[in-house]
Amino acid sequence: MRIKLEKRREPSMLMLVATPVASVLVTMLIGIVVFDLIGIKGFRAVVDIFLSPLLASYKWQDVAVKAAPLVIIALGLAVGNRAQVWNIGAEGQYVIGALCAAGVAIGFGTIGGPVVVVLMVAAGILGGAAWAAIPAWLRTRFSVNEILSSLMLTYVALQVLSYLVGGPWKDPNGRNFPASAPLGDGQTLPVLFAGSTVHLGVAVAIVLPFVFWYLMKRSVFGFQVRVVGSAPNAARHGGFDGKQTIWLALIISGGMAGLAGSMEFAGVLHKIDLGFPSGYGFTAIIVSFLGRLNPIGCLIAGIVLAVTYVGGQMAQTTVHIPNSTAGIFQAMMLFFILASDILVRYRIRLVPSAPQLVAGE
Amino acid sequence: MTKISRRTLMKGAGAIATASVIGKPALAADKLKIGFIFLGPIGDYGWTWAHNKGREAVEAALGDKVETIYVENVAEDASAIPQIRDLAQQGCKLIFTTSYGYMDQTIQVAGEFKDVKFEHCTGFKRADNVSTYNSKFHEGRAVLGTIAGKQSKSGTLGYLGSFKVPEVVLGVNSFTLSAQRQNKDAKVKLVMIDSWFDPPKEAAATETLINLGCDIVTTHTDSPAALQTLEQKGLHGFGQGADMSSFAPNAHLTAILDIWGPYYIARAQAMLDGKWASTDTWWGFKEGTVQIAPYGKDVTKDAAAAADKVQAGYKDGSFNIFTGPIYAQDGTLKVKDGEVMKDADLATIDWFVKGVESAS
Amino acid sequence: MGADFIIAAIITVVGLTTPILLAGIGELVVEKSGVLNLGVEGMMLTGAISGFAVTVITGNPWAGVIGAAIGGALASLLFAVLVLQLNSNQVATGLALTIFGTGLSSLLGLSFTGRIVAPFLSVFPASLSADPILKVIFGYSPIVYFALLMVPLTAWFLKSTRAGLILRAVGENDLSAHSIGYSVRRVRYAAIAFGGAMAGIGGCYFSLVITPMWAEKMTAGRGWIALALVVFAGWRMGRLLAGAYFFGILMALELYAKASGFSFLPSQFWAAMPYIMTVVALSFISSRGTAGANAPACLGKPFLPST
Repeated sequence: MRIKLEKRREPSMLMLVATPVASVLVTMLIGIVVFDLIGIKGFRAVVDIFLSPLLASYKWQDVAVKAAPLVIIALGLAVGNRAQVWNIGAEGQYVIGALCAAGVAIGFGTIGGPVVVVLMVAAGILGGAAWAAIPAWLRTRFSVNEILSSLMLTYVALQVLSYLVGGPWKDPNGRNFPASAPLGDGQTLPVLFAGSTVHLGVAVAIVLPFVFWYLMKRSVFGFQVRVVGSAPNAARHGGFDGKQTIWLALIISGGMAGLAGSMEFAGVLHKIDLGFPSGYGFTAIIVSFLGRLNPIGCLIAGIVLAVTYVGGQMAQTTVHIPNSTAGIFQAMMLFFILASDILVRYRIRLVPSAPQLVAGE
Repeated sequence: MTKISRRTLMKGAGAIATASVIGKPALAADKLKIGFIFLGPIGDYGWTWAHNKGREAVEAALGDKVETIYVENVAEDASAIPQIRDLAQQGCKLIFTTSYGYMDQTIQVAGEFKDVKFEHCTGFKRADNVSTYNSKFHEGRAVLGTIAGKQSKSGTLGYLGSFKVPEVVLGVNSFTLSAQRQNKDAKVKLVMIDSWFDPPKEAAATETLINLGCDIVTTHTDSPAALQTLEQKGLHGFGQGADMSSFAPNAHLTAILDIWGPYYIARAQAMLDGKWASTDTWWGFKEGTVQIAPYGKDVTKDAAAAADKVQAGYKDGSFNIFTGPIYAQDGTLKVKDGEVMKDADLATIDWFVKGVESAS
Repeated sequence: MGADFIIAAIITVVGLTTPILLAGIGELVVEKSGVLNLGVEGMMLTGAISGFAVTVITGNPWAGVIGAAIGGALASLLFAVLVLQLNSNQVATGLALTIFGTGLSSLLGLSFTGRIVAPFLSVFPASLSADPILKVIFGYSPIVYFALLMVPLTAWFLKSTRAGLILRAVGENDLSAHSIGYSVRRVRYAAIAFGGAMAGIGGCYFSLVITPMWAEKMTAGRGWIALALVVFAGWRMGRLLAGAYFFGILMALELYAKASGFSFLPSQFWAAMPYIMTVVALSFISSRGTAGANAPACLGKPFLPST
């Protein structure tokens, strides 16, 4: 017998949903075995990483706050990825978005209020979109590969951040530590429930997936993205402008990353220092794939990833797993989801191998 | 990617070896539960390792009157907030957050738990239930400067810094002034690498300093990279935060040791006595939070004697390196003859003394 | 400025350059075969820890270098299986490899933290590396000569050998290479494994030569610079060498400027330079159709034969 792959005419809906779930389950199983092998209570570790944050209600707010930026960035990336436009510079756009919001806040000085906060978030969206517009321009003008240019620009963005918080925007009362001044009272995002850390951005992260889902389903642009992504040649014949798709895909994903950055700044951290870029932009790429590039999928996947973050921290105190293992888990999940992608597009058949028959197989 | 105050030297060692249950279970309800938030793993042989030694000292000194728990590898971002809150929810009445980057997070959680006392290391924001504490590392740096000034043949010393924050500026100034007491022409070349941890850059910067004439290089970054480079070149340097002689047996002259035990014991005792109050504490040699590792074999008798004198002077209060006259880089008189700089001015210092050659 | 000064500066530049050159050579070959592997940082870290671990266990740095190559290659094969066998997305898989390699190296490194080995320095007689002029020729770790040797060797392989021609053909047009009867997958497996091995050796330059110890994330982002370097070089081996030294000189200049008391530009500008220049170079390369011919046409695209 040998394995034969048959291309499906339509992607399998069952596999589309089943494989991410299976990926998470297989990762958990492997985790149990591997942890036991290296001398850590495997079952306890995996339960702590994947379930404890869901069972302990006081951990929900941590999961929500962690998931919000992941979901928002992943939504934008999923649009681009569907159109075969690969923005891997979301981390940089996230940083620039936060910096633009900080710039507005600094410009207003001590003045606060809803208008200022709205302007900050708007500046964040614009900033992220503008940073993503550079690869879009390079791609459409000079046919520069956007994967490479968006990645390079991320590292430039990190240096811009380092320069601003260590130089012109350094908190004058901060004893020379490279960090911006904390936001004033009226310049932060409102908290949804008094006494919690759940900020307005969490609500945005819950609503946006449905907005995206509706738009992708109903709008011409959504159709265009799907057509360009699945059949570029047909799209060209259909009169869809490839350049326009590139521009929109990058600007939307950059804008979303900027939105996430500005809300993380205005809702959670309230200042920017060198620790601000914590990898959300890169992790969101995993989220978008784990969510199968589907807006609702991104919402669920963002929560799953956030759970592993929060759970990974919990497992540190309970079973003392090293910090790095959370990363291994995330990479494993992504490996499985990418590997199982083939099941969505192909059907696996076992066929008798004609030329040579090996006994026992 | 550089992150400030990521004092992570050799993350990871011992993290697995630690028993899965930390701290003893509470036997009596009146036991004081103390929590620690650590930046690196407790086995990092550096910043966190030293804080964990302090935690162990509390357990050893106060026995079953206290119970301690800790969390390692806590990032200096928003994720520190739930970690600190967790400790409070688990019943800790005294919580030490042991890195600068937890400053605002500590203040925030302290606002939620008014009955819990917090202690933030190296920060400057306090509240009714938040104290701050730090150690006068620059006193140790004076001992290093003394040895360097005495032993350097070129009279040009190197200083590998991270960021121009007060702790580093104090270190540079203390080192330079001490070296100049031994050799009035001593100069210090300063390179800031914009990171607490970047071994290849630390090594390259050390080579650069050596090439520009430095024969002794001291580091204010967290990896032993500089020491290893110095060892290869047959030159000398100092360990940072912990005895690093195992990384460079010949090059390692001595090291500043961070000893937090005395402070942690004092604060826990204050809680037990009901006398805890919000303060700002800055201890040094005298109180035992700064100590010097055993001198390496290449430290000359003269240098050792001079270094011992500095240590003794700090311990009995007769010596302070920040005694005037002190001139700034551009030659202006900053501290008048005989005047001693106040702690409050030291804590916010942002200028280098004469003899420091730096880019900013 | 005496000769000693210049020589010492050259030695620093060589130290800064060698790891990114090694990883760059590997990635160039991978990309020439039409595959974009963004996992360089992960493979370098895997190489750094495997090289260090093998050296600690065997006491032999040569074995360590081989161990680093094997470690890097094994990590890259994980990527290869997913990308080649299962047609997974190269960008996402490469990123996953970096996350995986970072985590795995930290985990493996737990029991090697705090240990040291003798630095893997010049193997020439001490008399040769004592003289300042000769030192600039003989004063380096064997890994440096290996890297310099691999530049013409790899260039010759790509340009003049049949295998190299096939590799380039696969990167240029996988479908027609496939239709002539070449195994696209086999060629790419080999290229990816080579890339992993070179990144691994580049990684062990940190843990065996620059700072003979293991520290988590000790490559400090050099893998991304290596990726930029390949693009900056326009996929040409000669330019890769020149570009690597150009980046190395930039990094050294920043340190020399600071140590000499100059501050004419913020240091962040220096740090961002390699990336900015790469984007600019990329724009030039891509906009000029002919020069852009060196960019493999199939870069990053999945291989989907109709049969």
